[in-house]
Amino acid sequence: MSHDVWVVVEHQDGLAKKISLELLGCARALAAAWSGKVVAFVPGGSTSQVAAALGARGADMVFAAEHPLLQRYTTDGYATVLTEALRADPPAVALFGATSQGRDLAPRVAARLGVGIVTDCTSVGVQDGTLVATRPMYTRKAIGTIRFKETAPRIAVVLPAMYPLPPEQPQRKAEIRSWPVQLDARAIRTTVREVKTIQRETIPLIDADIIVSGGRGMKGPENFALLDALARALGGAVGSSRPPVDSGWVPHDYEIGQTGKTVSPQVYLACGISGAPQHLAGMSGSKHIIAINKDPNAPLLQLADLGIVGDLFQILPKLTDAVKRVKSSP
Amino acid sequence: MPPPRTGRPPEPWAPQGERVNIIVCVKQVPDTEAPIRIKTDGSGIDETALNLVMNYYDEHATEAGLRLREQFGGSVTLLSVGHERAKEALRTGLAMGADEAILISDSAAEGVDHLGLARVLAEVIRSLPHDVVICGKISTDDNAGIVGPALAEYLNLPQATAIAHLEVDAMGTSAVVHREVEGGVEVLQVPFPAVLTVERSLNEPRYPSLPGIMKAKRKEIKTLNLAAARLTPSTVGAAASRTVLASLSTPPKRKAGRILDGDMDQAVAAIVAFLKDEAKVL
Ligand SMILES: Cc1cc2nc3c(=O)[nH]c(=O)nc-3n(C[C@H](O)[C@H](O)[C@H](O)COP(=O)(O)OP(=O)(O)OC[C@H]3O[C@@H](n4cnc5c(N)ncnc54)[C@H](O)[C@@H]3O)c2cc1C
Ligand SMILES: Nc1ncnc2c1ncn2[C@@H]1O[C@H](COP(=O)(O)O)[C@@H](O)[C@H]1O
Repeated sequence: MSHDVWVVVEHQDGLAKKISLELLGCARALAAAWSGKVVAFVPGGSTSQVAAALGARGADMVFAAEHPLLQRYTTDGYATVLTEALRADPPAVALFGATSQGRDLAPRVAARLGVGIVTDCTSVGVQDGTLVATRPMYTRKAIGTIRFKETAPRIAVVLPAMYPLPPEQPQRKAEIRSWPVQLDARAIRTTVREVKTIQRETIPLIDADIIVSGGRGMKGPENFALLDALARALGGAVGSSRPPVDSGWVPHDYEIGQTGKTVSPQVYLACGISGAPQHLAGMSGSKHIIAINKDPNAPLLQLADLGIVGDLFQILPKLTDAVKRVKSSP
Repeated sequence: MPPPRTGRPPEPWAPQGERVNIIVCVKQVPDTEAPIRIKTDGSGIDETALNLVMNYYDEHATEAGLRLREQFGGSVTLLSVGHERAKEALRTGLAMGADEAILISDSAAEGVDHLGLARVLAEVIRSLPHDVVICGKISTDDNAGIVGPALAEYLNLPQATAIAHLEVDAMGTSAVVHREVEGGVEVLQVPFPAVLTVERSLNEPRYPSLPGIMKAKRKEIKTLNLAAARLTPSTVGAAASRTVLASLSTPPKRKAGRILDGDMDQAVAAIVAFLKDEAKVL
């Protein structure tokens, strides 16, 4: 086992995803504790553009695993390439993002290698020489600290927004090597028919520093336009509690909470959401929480850093205008 | 529909004459509505007086299995690894309409990690005819999402995780599923036998019917230990775990905030000031 820390990089249109850059930041701290290297492993159909940008974000070395069959993510294709790579040169730790891909891939790789895995990590660090991860458990009513035994590698799947984006250092360069990929089309048992993109008014939840979220208090689908407008003005994303999803006002990928997404933005602004434990499970790790609710006894008002007792339909349009004014003033 | 393409002949307890052999993995977990008590030494939660239920996603998994059976004929077999009391979760699934239930219960398996759990399930599933194995996306206590993909690996089957839509072809030989991915939906074709893990948007689980509940009460739940699954504690017990829960603690308390009541313009000004000065995002 080496003391290196690998980051499995996800990318789209030649750009590394935000979560992967966050992981490079996490990896730097781990590598420093062990005097190891940060290695970015980049599987894909074409990787050169992504690979070239990773040194500036903290990678010491980049392995570009390029193959036409890796153009689209498949469990079989990616798991084959990754397990072979991790077996050939086992790092101390391999970090994956808690994305649809990372959650699908990492456990499969861990099982094939027979190595320890912890998912939904909120931190990964070294304590008394051993690797530990923290993660929410029991609907975030508890935080577990999990200790890894000495397998190599150890696999951690890290939630988004747990580590700040490493600053870009343009003069910092990584050594880029191509990783030889041998992959037989027959080894891939599933077929991706298509990936339908859902057009959204705003950026994806996973990338957002600011999330504006609506609940049953939004009253109907048309009123989510109020949230879209505010989120656009703030450069943030729109999420929801569960009732708007169940009522068909917004798609399921808006949902935040136990049966939805776990988010930790800089600011979470909840409108017309009471604050049930299953909702808190997905957002109570946010840095700052603002809640707007007309019921002074709503639990989320008590939890919030700033709670506003009032009618969201009166506040939201004014707030959007005010934000626009601040943004446009020099 | 052709005969099921399963590797092994059915064991004596397996229902005979079925068409699609459906296995659903079910975990018993604490009810998420209820508060939990963390043991003072931080070693886990106090399970006495805890209301235990079938994992939320496993209700969706059971429903998916029942619908496949209704469409193609066949049988739904529930599997759970856990304490004797996990039979209650299995009874919930039987009351929904599942045909058989098997509990794998062994004190030697305590402290097993998720890969070990998957190993146990895989060994039992290997001995049963299986065209499709259905799990929940995650368990609501651990939130791990590990057992499904690990099970697929140990069974050497293709997987499709967190599916929100499922369409099985007329022959029952493969499925087209939808998976929610960041910014869209992936449409994936998976040949059977396969392991599927299900998202809650896949279906609306049925409530157990009264006759179903009565029938489930009388059903025998087969119980196996590790030896019956050809496993030893050294391969799947605590000693074989690759991760250990070192401690459990309550989440850090958030510091008290302020609540404003009254004039809307003041409220708007307060939010803007907060975004600027405290959150520093404006
Ligand atoms: C197993 C399980 C899993 C679950 N998972 C999730 C999950 O992942 N995410 C989730 O969110 N929920 C989840 N739930 C549901 C959860 O228990 C709550 O029912 C849900 O969070 C309530 O959503 P809400 O706050 O939008 O609605 P409500 O609780 O109905 O609250 C609506 C709020 O809007 C306020 N309001 C109404 N009109 C206005 C107005 N004009 N201006 C200002 N405020 C107004 C009301 O005062 C009220 O507080 C789950 C439940 C179960 C059983
Ligand atoms: N002890 C268990 N017995 C049976 N199935 C389980 C068990 N633990 C997990 N599973 C299955 O694996 C899924 C995901 O669980 P987890 O990996 O713990 O998040 C659950 O929804 C179940 O379908």
